[in-house]
Amino acid sequence: MSALFGQLINLFAAVLLLLAFGMLSQRKILSLIHLYTLQGLALVAATVVVAYATKQPHLYWSAGITLVLKVFLIPWLLHRVIDRLGVRWDIETLINIPTTMLIGVVLVIFAFNLAAPISALSSTIARGTLGIALACVLLSFMMMITRSKAVPQVIGFLSMENGLFFAAAAATYGMPMVVELGIALDVLVGILILGVFLFHIREQFDSLDIRHLEKLKE
Amino acid sequence: MTIDPLLFVLGIPLAGALILGLVGHRPFARDINSTASFGTFIAACALTARVISEGPMFAWDREFFIDPLNVFLVTLTAFVAFTTSLFSRPYMKVEVEHGKMTPRRLRLYHSMFQLFSFTMLLALLTNNMGILWVAMEAATLTTVLLVSVYRTPASLEAAWKYFILCGVGIAQALFGTVLLYMAAEKVVGSEGGALLWTHLDQVKGQLDPRIITLAFAFLFIGYGTKVGLVPLHNWLPDAHAEGPTPVSAVLSGLLLNVALYAILRCKVLTDAALQSPMAGQLMIGFGLLSVVVAAFFLSRQRDVKRMFAYSSIEHMGLITFAFGVGGPIATYAGLLHMTVHSLIKSSIFFAVGHASQKAGTQIMEEIRGLIRASPLVGWGLMLGSLAILGMPPFGVFASEFLILTTAMREQPWATPLLLLALGVAFAAIFGRVQPMVFGETALRRLPHPPAVLPVFVHLGLGLMLGLYVPPYLDQWYRQAARMVAG
Repeated sequence: MSALFGQLINLFAAVLLLLAFGMLSQRKILSLIHLYTLQGLALVAATVVVAYATKQPHLYWSAGITLVLKVFLIPWLLHRVIDRLGVRWDIETLINIPTTMLIGVVLVIFAFNLAAPISALSSTIARGTLGIALACVLLSFMMMITRSKAVPQVIGFLSMENGLFFAAAAATYGMPMVVELGIALDVLVGILILGVFLFHIREQFDSLDIRHLEKLKE
Repeated sequence: MTIDPLLFVLGIPLAGALILGLVGHRPFARDINSTASFGTFIAACALTARVISEGPMFAWDREFFIDPLNVFLVTLTAFVAFTTSLFSRPYMKVEVEHGKMTPRRLRLYHSMFQLFSFTMLLALLTNNMGILWVAMEAATLTTVLLVSVYRTPASLEAAWKYFILCGVGIAQALFGTVLLYMAAEKVVGSEGGALLWTHLDQVKGQLDPRIITLAFAFLFIGYGTKVGLVPLHNWLPDAHAEGPTPVSAVLSGLLLNVALYAILRCKVLTDAALQSPMAGQLMIGFGLLSVVVAAFFLSRQRDVKRMFAYSSIEHMGLITFAFGVGGPIATYAGLLHMTVHSLIKSSIFFAVGHASQKAGTQIMEEIRGLIRASPLVGWGLMLGSLAILGMPPFGVFASEFLILTTAMREQPWATPLLLLALGVAFAAIFGRVQPMVFGETALRRLPHPPAVLPVFVHLGLGLMLGLYVPPYLDQWYRQAARMVAG
C-alpha cells in the first residue's frame, strides 16, 4: 500500500514541476494565474496523500489552509487585481523562452544533485521529492528574474512559496502547526500589500513595467 | 502572583499598533506612539532586571526564551525604538507642513512603527526557529509599508526592490529552516519541539552534518540579505534613502541587528554540528567583502542618507567578520560593536533628518553651514560622524580596536584590507560632513524645534561605552560571547 502512496506523491510532485515549467514558458497573465491555481491544487493533493499515508492529522489542516489560501483566495485576489488594472496583455520576457527553458533544465539538474545526498537521509515517504521541491523554488526564482512586469513577478514569488511548502511537507511531514499558521498569515498579508502596491505603481508610472523602476542606482 | 514583564514587552507594541490603526490620525496619536514605546522600554528593563537576578528563563511552554544574548538586544531595541518615536514627533510635524505626510499616511506610519517594534521583539524573544522566520518576514512587510509611505516614484521603487529582494532572500531562509527541522526531527522526534532553539542546542552535536551544512548555507543567504551583506545589499541604500528618516534610523539601528542575531543563533548550532569552521569562514568572507565594497561605494555617494546607509553595510560587514573569526574576544567585540553602531547610527540619522529638512534636500552639496543655522544639530552630526568613524574615545573605537587586534592574530591577511576600507570610509565621510557642518549657510528655520535630546543621549551612551563598560553590561557580553563562541 505504501508503495502506491509513494508513487502517488511522486506523481503529484512531477505535476508540480511540470506546472513550474509551464509558468516559465507562459506569456499570458491570465494563464499564469490558472497555472498557479493548478499548482496549488497539486500541492493540496500531495499533502492529503502524505497525510493519509502517514496518519498525520495536522497535515490535513495544512492541506485545508493551502486549499483555501492558494486555490481560492489568492487566485481570486489576483483576478480582481488584473481586472481592475486591465492588464491581460502578453508578457515580454527579458530572455527568450527557449533559452529560459534550457536554463530551467540546468537548474533542475543542479537542484537534484544538491538534494540527492540529503533526501537519502530522510526517513519520510516522500523523500525522493525534495529535489523536485528545490527545483520548483529555483524555477520560480528564475521566473521572477526574467519577467519585466510586476504581476508575473508576484506570481513567481507565490509559486516559490508553493515550492517551499511542498519541501516542508515532503521532507518533514510539515512544519509545526503554529509555524505553518504564521507562514500562511505572512503570505496572505504579503499578497494584499503587493496588490495595493501595484495600484500605486500604476498611478505613479502609468505602467506596470518594472523597467521604470530602475532609477535608483548604486 | 507576579506579572510577567514579557507579556508587556510584546503586548504593548501590539496593542499600540491596533489602537493607532483604529483611532486614525489624531493630534494625540504621536503621544500614544511614544507612550507605547516608552512602556515597552520600561517593560524591557523590568525583564532585564529579572534575568539578571534569576538567570535565563523560559515562558509560555518554552516557546519564549530569554538568555544573556537576546536580553541585551531586547533592551537596546526597545530603547532605540523609544528615542526614535521621540525624534519622529517634530520630524513628522514638519513633514506634514511640507505636505509630504497626510493624516492617512500618519496613521499608517504610527501603526506600522509599533507593529515593526513588535516583530523585532518577537524575533528576539522567540525560542522557535520557525516563529523567528515568521517574525522576520512580518518585519519585512511592515517596513515595506514604512519605506513607501511618501508614495513618490523613488520610494515606490525602493519599496518594491526591498520587497522582492528580501522576499526572495527570506524564502531561502525558510528552506534552510525546513532543512534544520529535518535534521532536528531525526534526533528529537517531531513531538519534542524540534524547532525550539534550546532543544536544538542540547542535541547540536548529533545533528547530521550534511543536512546542517546545506541548511546553514540557505539560512545565511536568507538572513544575510536582511543584514545587507554584499552582494545581497542592493535594497538597503534605497530603502534607507527613500523612506522617512525615523524609518532609516530603525532599519539601521534595529532590523540589521536582529537579522544578524538570527544568523548568530544558527551559527551556534552549525559550529557544534559540523566540528569545522565552515560557518565562520563563510561569515569572514562575506563580512570582509561587505566592508571593502561598501567603503568604496560610500565614497561615491551624493545623498547623505545613502552615504550613511552604505556605512551601515560596512559596519554590519565588520560585525559579521568579527563573529566569523569567533573566539570570546572577537565575539565580545562584535556584540559591543552591534550596540554602539546601533546607538550612534540612529543618532546620526536623527541629526541628518533635521538637517535635510532644514535644507529641503538630501543632496550633501546643498546642505551647508549647519553649525550656524542650528548649532546643536550641527554638533550632533559632526560628533556622530566622528564616533561612527571610530575616533576615540567613542565606543566604536574600542570595538574596532578589539576586532582589528584579534584579526591580526587570527586572520592576519585580512587586517590590511580592513584598515584600507576603514581609511577610505574615514576620508569619504569626514570630507563630506565637514563642509555640511561648517561654512556659510542658506538654511531656513523650521517651525518646530528639532528633537536634539535623543541625538545627544545616544552619543553620550556611545561615549560611555568607549570609556567604561558598566560591570553588569560587561558580564552580559561575556556570558553571551561565551555562549556564542562555545
